[in-house]
Amino acid sequence: MSNARDEFVRLQQVTLSYGRGERVVHALGETNLTVGKGDFVALVGPSGCGKSTILKLVTGLLSATTGWVMVAGREVGAEPVRVGMAFQNPTLLPWLSIRDNVMLPLKIVPPFRQEYRAKRKTEFRDRADALLEQVGLKGFADKYPWQLSGGMLQRASLCRALIHDPQLLMLDEPFGALDQFTREELWAVLQDLWMTRRPTVLLVTHDLKEAGYLANRVCVMRARPGHIVEDRHVDLPRPRTIDMTYEPDFVSLTQRLRALIVSARADDPLPAATGEPA
Amino acid sequence: MSPNTRRHLQSAAVIIGFFLFWEAACVLFHVKEIVLPRPSQILVTLWERAPAIWPHTVQTLYTTLVGFALGIVSGVLIGVLIGSSRLAYDVGYPLLVGFSSIPKVAVVPIFVLWFGAGTVPAVLTAMIMSLFPIVVNVATGLATTEPELEDVMKALRATKLDILFNVGLPRAMPYFFASLKVSVTLAFVGTVIAETVASNRGIGNLMMIASSSFDVPLVFAGLLVLALLGVGLYAIFSVIEGRVIGWARRKDDFAMG
Repeated sequence: MSNARDEFVRLQQVTLSYGRGERVVHALGETNLTVGKGDFVALVGPSGCGKSTILKLVTGLLSATTGWVMVAGREVGAEPVRVGMAFQNPTLLPWLSIRDNVMLPLKIVPPFRQEYRAKRKTEFRDRADALLEQVGLKGFADKYPWQLSGGMLQRASLCRALIHDPQLLMLDEPFGALDQFTREELWAVLQDLWMTRRPTVLLVTHDLKEAGYLANRVCVMRARPGHIVEDRHVDLPRPRTIDMTYEPDFVSLTQRLRALIVSARADDPLPAATGEPA
Repeated sequence: MSPNTRRHLQSAAVIIGFFLFWEAACVLFHVKEIVLPRPSQILVTLWERAPAIWPHTVQTLYTTLVGFALGIVSGVLIGVLIGSSRLAYDVGYPLLVGFSSIPKVAVVPIFVLWFGAGTVPAVLTAMIMSLFPIVVNVATGLATTEPELEDVMKALRATKLDILFNVGLPRAMPYFFASLKVSVTLAFVGTVIAETVASNRGIGNLMMIASSSFDVPLVFAGLLVLALLGVGLYAIFSVIEGRVIGWARRKDDFAMG
């Protein structure tokens, strides 16, 4: 699948530490990771293993202590790469309608920003409405965030992350706060969006089934310092269905991932009593 | 009767009841007019002396509004500065707290020294009285932006100004309006203080002169005028608030309009 060997993101011997002297915290040990253009990579692992740190490094929100973070062939930040982000918390702006929320990136990101005033009532508006329809929010464009349920807000948040046709899509536990059925629905929505637009996706998640269902590759991480211990390809045909996640191959995959994370947690010098499911 | 009208009628009844109680207590206990005039006397005074009171009312309202407007402009600017820059926060906050702890009566003579007695010291006093709540609230509003939302904006390569105008300022609006309602009444206090100390016009001055000639009903008439002006402006800002930031109250009529 999608083995476009065009590399888009590359982390080379990257480390990241906070603080200095004796109180230094190694958030990320030496990490190497290459993500092909249009690939879908999931990062799983116990909490505090630096999954979100990798997302922030790739978007340039954090800078590496040592090593290189390359995006689109150049050092991160050198090239204006269009990035979309979505988090567990939908973070929509309560004073804007859903449509205006979705259109927010168009107001900020070039080349759209120059045309925003001219096109916000025509082309951009249609673009937002089309995207909302694709995620099943047709007819909700004029509502305000507080009038929608959590799952609907998360759909809108995905639209906001995708409206400006990002080359890079960063998802940090986007479905973490949703119930099982809504989550499965949104997996299908996300898969559909990815297959039609093919951004390069990095997905951080705690849910192994989610990682297996959505991603082409699953990277298992380990904490203190964070590093990648396993990098697995998921060779299932697309579009994938929820039924596939109950087939033996898939189950053995998630079991294997689970075993890796459990052993990572057991090796952790701090007690794994944080109560977070692996 | 709808529950809403019922609620309004009830609150109106309690307010009117308060004044009736006051009236009755004055009559029953033979309270002298020079100590505490009856509400009816105050109203009569207000009516009979209206031609004399009116210019003072206009003067006080004008002074307050000019001072308040200056307070809003400078308050928002300082609030944005303090709320968006670490250095300005560290420098500005102690200064502001110190400054707002100074009793404003003590500042008026300085203004008089600089600008002479009259309207200018009153405007400035109204301004500095109304400044502090606005600054603190705008700064707080800006500081409550979710870090994740800021990450989203930064990942889009939004400039600081983009973030301020698209996220920070709209988010600060509910705080800003809450502070306006407090500030507008404080602006009246400032004006009246300055008028009392150093002016020959305005309600403050009128009350000063009335009390020195033991014209207590006129003093109370002045108080009533101030209270009415305060309530009026408060109501105006409440209405504007409801229109602009209905989203913060999750009102359905906001979504429709």
